[in-house]
Amino acid sequence: MTTRKTVWGRMARVMVLAMALGLTAPLAVVAAQGTAASQPPAGQQQEFVPVSELPPAEQLPAAPLLIAAYAVAWIVLLGYVWSVWRRLGKVERELAEVARRIDASQRRS
Amino acid sequence: MSNRNFYLVLAVAVVLFALAPVLVAWAPYEATMGLVQKIFYFHVPAAMMMFVSAFVCGIGSALFLFKRSARADRLALAAAELVAVFGVVVLISGPLWARKAWGVWWVWDPRLTSTLVLWMIFLAYLLLRRYGGAGSEKLSAGVALFGMANVPFVYISVDFWRSQHPTTNVVMTLVPGMRGPFWWCVAAFVLLYVLVLTLRTRLEDQRAALEDLYLKLED
Amino acid sequence: MTDFFRIAWLVMRKDLTIEVRSREILYTTLFFAMSCVLVFAFSFVKEGRALDDAAAGILWIAIAFSGTLALGRTFERERHAETLRALMMAPADRPAIYLGKLMGVLVLMAVVELIVVPLVGVMFQAPLLAHPFQLLALLATGTLGFAAVGTLFAAMLGRARSRDVLLPVLLYPITVPVIIAGVRGTAALFQAEVDEPMVRTWVAMLVFFDAVFVTLALWTFEPVMTE
Repeated sequence: MTTRKTVWGRMARVMVLAMALGLTAPLAVVAAQGTAASQPPAGQQQEFVPVSELPPAEQLPAAPLLIAAYAVAWIVLLGYVWSVWRRLGKVERELAEVARRIDASQRRS
Repeated sequence: MSNRNFYLVLAVAVVLFALAPVLVAWAPYEATMGLVQKIFYFHVPAAMMMFVSAFVCGIGSALFLFKRSARADRLALAAAELVAVFGVVVLISGPLWARKAWGVWWVWDPRLTSTLVLWMIFLAYLLLRRYGGAGSEKLSAGVALFGMANVPFVYISVDFWRSQHPTTNVVMTLVPGMRGPFWWCVAAFVLLYVLVLTLRTRLEDQRAALEDLYLKLED
Repeated sequence: MTDFFRIAWLVMRKDLTIEVRSREILYTTLFFAMSCVLVFAFSFVKEGRALDDAAAGILWIAIAFSGTLALGRTFERERHAETLRALMMAPADRPAIYLGKLMGVLVLMAVVELIVVPLVGVMFQAPLLAHPFQLLALLATGTLGFAAVGTLFAAMLGRARSRDVLLPVLLYPITVPVIIAGVRGTAALFQAEVDEPMVRTWVAMLVFFDAVFVTLALWTFEPVMTE
């Protein structure tokens, strides 16, 4: 019972670590890219349009939205895995405890 | 899933997730939407997993109702929770993309509306599970069955309104530079889904086992 | 087969007899539906006139809200006297019992609609009598779809805790197609120029919904109600 518990606990810890890595990597990559090239080269331009004359939607910088979306995705998934892992650890500890008690009472009788 | 298989899948998933951001960063920019289109690489896989999970939950519930399989019920509960979790990812990343691409956070478009309704049905399922008291497994299984049957109806009924959402066709016609990173991310999400579903079902199994042990202790 | 319908008929007659004696559900539901119309009127009226399509929306909101109230109360009455349990112990087909309860709810909702629909028509200048049969088809199929899902869920929740809260929580997301089809179809009917193909499309969609969900409810009522 106890060995199984540690196996599952360790597994979940590796997963959390992997997801934490995944969380930081895209932020770094996107932040570096987002500032350098927030708009793609879109064909040959006929005229220059100052950014302030565009409708408000097109003035929005894309990088913060992208970073926010990635961050939310990772935080939600990470948080969920963490909570399942924690609940699993708790239940398995309790399971081991109850199994021990049953064992003890059987030995006594 | 045995422990060894679990480790194998876990290792593959770790590699996939570690490399996914790099591939996404390398993928070419989309012509009209630009940088923000890169939300696509996890918005779509998350949505795929959400719908898959809804069907897993519906099928598990049907098995529970008609075959009385308690394990199928635990699987259904795990899948319903994952619908809610992946739904949060989809419903938050979607508006962030829409804000830049369409200029608004939300439109009442078929795909958006049907995703929202599906998400709400499974939240209702979880609420019933949580607050329904004894015997709510059966009731919630009925809800899951109805929820699954409801998906096409919601989709058809909102389809009469105009749609702005890119069609599913874009997935099949991706250019090679985008195709690679996209399917890479899909694979990563599928593995993540399988792993978390296993872990969550495991939690329910252990809870059931604990319940049994307590009953034994009282005897 | 005749037995099946006879049981359904008897269950419905029982429910309606109780209701006719007290008229509790009818009066309270009717009053609640009127309050809904009143409350929603304030949000959709500008300078004394209703906005376009507001009448259709308010009508269906009133139907859905008052329907939930009627469903909850019908099964609360059964639960209070433990009669649902007795009904379940009777040597009768479970689906027949479901059908009987469904018909009882439908009659009740029809009576409420008989008053609420003209009320909305008068207060919001909706042309009710321009296409009476199409309106009737929309109301009948929409109410059937709503009540089919509602009856099953209300019966299921009889055993659950916090059932008063959970009924609307479960019912509204699942009946979203009925609400959409009802509101859009009625709006197409109330327009200055009636969009007949659109109305037919929505009625077809509602018929399809009813067929699938009544079948599914008859099919799941037995395993869900078995303790």
